[in-house]
Amino acid sequence: MTLHFPGLEFAVMLPLLGAIFVNLLRDPLRARHASVIITGITLFIALATWIDFAYVGGKIARDPNDLVRWLTGHELFDIDQLSAPLLPLVALLYFLTTLTTLHIKIRRFSFALNLLSEGLVLATFSCKEYSWAIIALMALSTIPPLVELRSRNKPLRVYLIHMSLFVALMVGGQLLIDSYHGEAVPAWAVAPLMAAVLIRSGILPFHCWVTDLFEHASFGTALLFVTPITGAYAAVHLILPVADTELLRAMGLLSLATAVYTAGMALVQREARRLFCYLFLSHSALVLMGLEMIQPYGLTGALCVWLSVGLSLGGFGLTLRALESRRGRLLLHDFQGLYDQTPTLAVCFALLGLASVGFPCTIGFIGMEMLVDGAVETYPSVGIAVVIAAALNGIAVIHTYFLIFTGTRHRSMISLRIGWRERTAVLVLVALILLGGIIPQPGVHSRHLASQEILEARNPKPIPGDVVKAEADED
Amino acid sequence: MNLDELLYWLGVIVVSAPTVMVVLLGAVSLLSGKFSERAIGRIVQICVIVGLLSSLLILGLMLTNDRRHVAVNLGNLVHLHGSQFDQGYHFAIKFIFDRLSVPFAILSFLLCGVIGAFATRYMHREQGFNRFFTLYAIFVLGMIVTSLAGTIETLFVGWELVGLSSALLVAFFHERSAPVRNGLRVWIVYRISDAALLTASVVMHHMTGFGDFDKMMGIESWPDQTPIINPHQALIVGSLLLVSAAGKSALVPFSGWLPRAMEGPTPSSAVFYGALSVHLGAFLLLRTSPLLDSSPLLSAIVVVLGLLTAIFAAVAGRVQTDIKSALSFASLTQVGIITAEIGLGLRYIPLIHILGHACLRTLQFVRAPTLLHDYRLMENALGERISARPAGEKLFSERVRVWSYRFALERGYLDALLVKFIVTPLLGTLRFCDRCERRWTDFLAGGQSRESESRELQTSPVEELI
Repeated sequence: MTLHFPGLEFAVMLPLLGAIFVNLLRDPLRARHASVIITGITLFIALATWIDFAYVGGKIARDPNDLVRWLTGHELFDIDQLSAPLLPLVALLYFLTTLTTLHIKIRRFSFALNLLSEGLVLATFSCKEYSWAIIALMALSTIPPLVELRSRNKPLRVYLIHMSLFVALMVGGQLLIDSYHGEAVPAWAVAPLMAAVLIRSGILPFHCWVTDLFEHASFGTALLFVTPITGAYAAVHLILPVADTELLRAMGLLSLATAVYTAGMALVQREARRLFCYLFLSHSALVLMGLEMIQPYGLTGALCVWLSVGLSLGGFGLTLRALESRRGRLLLHDFQGLYDQTPTLAVCFALLGLASVGFPCTIGFIGMEMLVDGAVETYPSVGIAVVIAAALNGIAVIHTYFLIFTGTRHRSMISLRIGWRERTAVLVLVALILLGGIIPQPGVHSRHLASQEILEARNPKPIPGDVVKAEADED
Repeated sequence: MNLDELLYWLGVIVVSAPTVMVVLLGAVSLLSGKFSERAIGRIVQICVIVGLLSSLLILGLMLTNDRRHVAVNLGNLVHLHGSQFDQGYHFAIKFIFDRLSVPFAILSFLLCGVIGAFATRYMHREQGFNRFFTLYAIFVLGMIVTSLAGTIETLFVGWELVGLSSALLVAFFHERSAPVRNGLRVWIVYRISDAALLTASVVMHHMTGFGDFDKMMGIESWPDQTPIINPHQALIVGSLLLVSAAGKSALVPFSGWLPRAMEGPTPSSAVFYGALSVHLGAFLLLRTSPLLDSSPLLSAIVVVLGLLTAIFAAVAGRVQTDIKSALSFASLTQVGIITAEIGLGLRYIPLIHILGHACLRTLQFVRAPTLLHDYRLMENALGERISARPAGEKLFSERVRVWSYRFALERGYLDALLVKFIVTPLLGTLRFCDRCERRWTDFLAGGQSRESESRELQTSPVEELI
């Protein structure tokens, strides 16, 4: 199938070219202004491409007049059921993060690197058939945070060690798989690639780099590096087609353990970024577990949770970032009583946090139900741990809400109320999570189709000609 | 319009009325707008009266037409067709009107209406007037959805809405730390309760393949149903439901949250913990009572838990020094007895007990702020002081009395035991893991990796920069 407009290439190229342009600007205010426009147009294109794909129909579609094909001879970018809503999700997160970057932060936040990073993530999510392209793009996308850490003279050893290992394992693992030339790959040969995905997704015991990144990088950069859950995308396209079901389910158990452990750890954190980090790790582990279960309901649930976590925790992170801009690092030692100062932010904080744990009437509810259903069917004895993880995360969210917004009355010399940019950002996200909760059918249906495609890729339907041939051979 | 259509549309109105209230009040709160107190009072009044009248009409039509079971199916929230890999999935929004749900829904509307009218005056010029009524609206919606739920998933939706609104209302006076701490405690117990209910729902789904009560519990109408699962399965699912009910109704060992919940405004204490919310656990047990019928062991556990709760609450209630706590333990005593009645196989008696007890307790709670005034009036009328002599003074030795007093004063040591044996070890383990992680990242970083935790919270200097 061919799209009506070359939206994929535009969506990828615009932020990449924009990064070059913004890098040339010396004035940070102008850089922010340009970035907002570029990320806004990218969002519009990504949405248009999604609509175009839905209009065209079919399982996979490509751009017309493919420039990349003309340049490289390969059709690198395509859009399918899995990636169609992920592209606008990524574009929305980048747009809202750029939009809500306050004056106080614009010298610290690199807009050029942000655009570069957006282009790379969109390119990764537009890549399906070329494993090496996915690997190259994922390896490249580890660079912008590294550059930022270096430019701010922050410690980068923890991040560097993990990302070097991630890239090395990905390259080594793919070389190993390629050496089988399409034959069945034994479990041990998938292990390096699996380990790479576990590192990128922050699964136990490889999760420390995520907390370290949130500690040292700017909140916006760290947030955008993790919230698209690129590790899950790599799992879908690099691991699921080749890995043995038993191996995947064993890894699923590890992800489940991570989900519960990190949910518990969120309860004892004394700083808001670390708390967010553990909440996010718990949810991304649940998504990965759902993918690794290779079970229809669990898979659909995981894909739904992927989207809901992107929106809800993305928004949750943005509210924390808005608060940090006003109060500095948010320590969770005691009550701060900010409700009266920022009532809208408080309500949105609670709603977005609850949406992430699958609270009824929000976008994550059905997905979480399906995920629990799939987990109980796949792991009858321990699957219910998903419910425990969700319960712990819910407690952590409301605990944090109480600590930040209630318990006392914060008095300040100036108003801490949010501006129109932040208000727009959080209200858009809240509207999306509520709309997705009240009318979940389109979203869940599209995730169900995507899960069917993933399952079909693992169990391809026999081609009629082959069946006839096999029957003839038997005769 | 025939009878079925009329019942269907009335059912839709019953559910829509509180939904409209939530949407109106919630949207305005979210957009930082503000209705006047008068407008809020009107919205609450209209929505509750419309819902109540529709429920009463349904009851009337059911009685006059000898209908015992009316199902209102609003369709599927999600419907996925089956494929080569799965058999499809659906999430139905279905409500049932029967001898259990209709009285409970009418009770909910009635008491919420009364308390709504009371609160518009009681909360007059309170800073969080809007917030109170938004949470109140969510609570009413949660109660109605739970009461009328035709599937366990729908019930779960209402259950969670009730839990969230209750916890936030306990913490309503959020500029003080005590209500907030108590709100958090309520939320934690409710999350445990929610987790148990969700688990029961999933397990039941896997055992029967259905989520609809009328399919799981047999085709007859409540209470003459026969479940389609065997006694062993009933015991598993029933135990999970019992944990869930215990959390919501503050049965032993979760009783500690009930007196703490009295930190909220009096109207919310009255309607939530005195009247409606505290009976939800008993309602759940009644709704799934066929499971109890098929498992004698489960029934016995329910009786024991109910009696334990009743005895505990009766003892603890005797030493309370404030009226709201005393009333909350009095409520709990009755809830324990209601639970025991359900375990004993009674169905209509516990339902009538709930209805009567909820109305009486609401009245007592809303009179609580004027207790001293009432006492003065009574004493003036009697012409002497009202004195209460302790009962059983001569029946027990001093040692037993002292022990009982301490036991009651410490509220059965239930909270202390939960903290000592569950919360402290759990948090201790997690903090140990946190320290290990810190050492590991310090090692990898070659220095200190968590500077932020040692920083002081910044206040004015940052604010001045904006």
